[in-house]
Amino acid sequence: MRAAENNSLVSSMPAQQLVLPDSKGHFGPYGGRYVAETLMPALIELERAYISISAEPAFQAELKLLLKDYAGRPTPLFRAGRLSAHAGGAKIYLKREDLAHTGAHKINNTLGQGLLARWMGKTKVIAETGAGQHGVATATAAALFGMECKIFMGKEDISRQAPNVLRMKLLGAEVVPVDSGSGTLKDAMNEAMRYWVGSVLDTFYVIGSVAGPHPYPAMVRDFQRVIGKEAKAQILEAEGRTADMLVACVGGGSNAMGLFHPFIQDKSEMVGVEAAGCGIATGKHAATLGAGSVGVLHGSKSYVLQDENGQIKEAHSISAGLDYPGVGPEHSWLRDTGRVRYESVVDEDALRAFHLLSSLEGIIPALESSHAVARALVEAARMPAEKILIVNLSGRGDKDLGIVEKLTAR
Amino acid sequence: MSRIEETFDKLRSTGETALVGFITAGDPDFAVSLEITRQMCGSGVDILELGIPFSDPTADGPVIQRSSARAIEAGMNMKTAMEMVRQAREFTAIPIVLFSYYNPILAYGAETFYRDAVAAGADGTLVVDLPPEESDELTDLWGKELDFIRLVAPTTPPERMARIASRASGFIYLVSMTGITGSSGLDSEAAASVAKDLKSNCNGLPVCVGFGISTPQDAAKVSEFADGVVVGSAFERLIESGLGDKDIAERVGQFAGRLKRSMK
Repeated sequence: MRAAENNSLVSSMPAQQLVLPDSKGHFGPYGGRYVAETLMPALIELERAYISISAEPAFQAELKLLLKDYAGRPTPLFRAGRLSAHAGGAKIYLKREDLAHTGAHKINNTLGQGLLARWMGKTKVIAETGAGQHGVATATAAALFGMECKIFMGKEDISRQAPNVLRMKLLGAEVVPVDSGSGTLKDAMNEAMRYWVGSVLDTFYVIGSVAGPHPYPAMVRDFQRVIGKEAKAQILEAEGRTADMLVACVGGGSNAMGLFHPFIQDKSEMVGVEAAGCGIATGKHAATLGAGSVGVLHGSKSYVLQDENGQIKEAHSISAGLDYPGVGPEHSWLRDTGRVRYESVVDEDALRAFHLLSSLEGIIPALESSHAVARALVEAARMPAEKILIVNLSGRGDKDLGIVEKLTAR
Repeated sequence: MSRIEETFDKLRSTGETALVGFITAGDPDFAVSLEITRQMCGSGVDILELGIPFSDPTADGPVIQRSSARAIEAGMNMKTAMEMVRQAREFTAIPIVLFSYYNPILAYGAETFYRDAVAAGADGTLVVDLPPEESDELTDLWGKELDFIRLVAPTTPPERMARIASRASGFIYLVSMTGITGSSGLDSEAAASVAKDLKSNCNGLPVCVGFGISTPQDAAKVSEFADGVVVGSAFERLIESGLGDKDIAERVGQFAGRLKRSMK
């Protein structure tokens, strides 16, 4: 991995989308830094540190080694034969992020930010988490780097993602329950930001998605681009050509940005899959790009779910990782420019895909990733057999067994 | 000269420090909240800050989070906040500053917000999560009838203080500590030292200090070095403790009086 290639925050690559964000962190009208003044100097410092440290060959070498020997990269690209046959159309490949250490793509980013924190001399990290995957990945990196770690997690999520809470505690992190609002990811992020306002002098905030104030959306994307870069090389090796379509689920949108971004100048079609929850018409959903409007939440301008007074609405999804009323600003830009098509999948269809992939391929996907699988089945069925579709299997489903058992028994 | 400037000029001539009182508009409901503002304005508050509640106040502590939730639940929004300003204007001539997060303003529309705020009789606006880097999209559409108050924090380096001040009007709001509203552990010496740096970088704009100032003793200490003392969570704590009490507005007014009398 060459430094310049990885560090697209400051790259001068030709395609319009690749040079984004601009120097103030804007992706078209989206992104930016909408935060209290107390945090501004820290964000400016972080941006400078990221630009200079990520350009250091020694930093890139250290990260590359960690991704290989610690996280287990590259993750395989698996041709899902029985799933493809079931869909009856395009060949479906699964990018197996579920096989990365800690069971999801989140580790790519937390190793990157954790290492950056260490290079910056920070000894304490905090993070928000929804499904607990980012919390586990942050606690893991903190253990590895010998840092103090606090994870903010909504009370509702603590009860529905209990195994991950135990994992975080085992890893030495303190899990801080957040009971404001709906007790989900949005509230956890509010509380993490508040804590950071008071601790910004010695604490590094590891944001888990391509959301939040600049430079987070670009930085998290850059650390996740490894997914798409590997997939691009792997599909070329397997098929002698690139993919026709990429499909990934979108909550905040980090696994989707990671897969999509290296393909953005290519012709591959891209589909982001949001959680439609109980159905968009019911109002109980998390389809921010599909049914939201432009607003400012958690430090950046993007699509959000809000009422006519600008109050943020509670999202709903069976999957804690997608249960978020905001979305990364670059996704808003990709939506408006039409480069990515955004669809949504209801709880029930995601659950069906969860069972289907488990029984057909012996792979138990996370409920988040199940949304992508569900949509991929629809897309593949419409495509001829020689076409190639890659689904980002962003995480494994062990954490969801409890909730799936409960729902299936009903 | 704006009403805010006039207020500071007048206070300066009598050697007083401004008491800036914050409450969340509409907490616990419109009528009680309006009565609270009447009592505050009549008993020592020099500048009234009306907080327009937002569902996700990331710079606020639990007290203002809860007051915001109560106000939203009781139906407060930008339109009713404008109505509250209009009605408050009938009984007070002191400056009124609208205090909010950006999203409720964005949803209302920047131009509409300016027009309605001016028409209602407001004098200034402070948007917590809109640093100078992002504020052009709001202020480019504005005239001179509404002061734009900006925040400076203890983490703000001196050259940034100067940049912020050059684009501010009315006064500068100095955050007393690295933390959220309602935090404990006010260190008035540390705040005084930041205020000194700010004073030499702010083009003579008045400096009001807030966050963590909850007692008359705190207010007295801060008034020794600030042009204004901002008290918010302490008022809201009092309102919260007296929910349903008939005399809550009076008690808030009495507390404002005690704060003002303690100050230099």
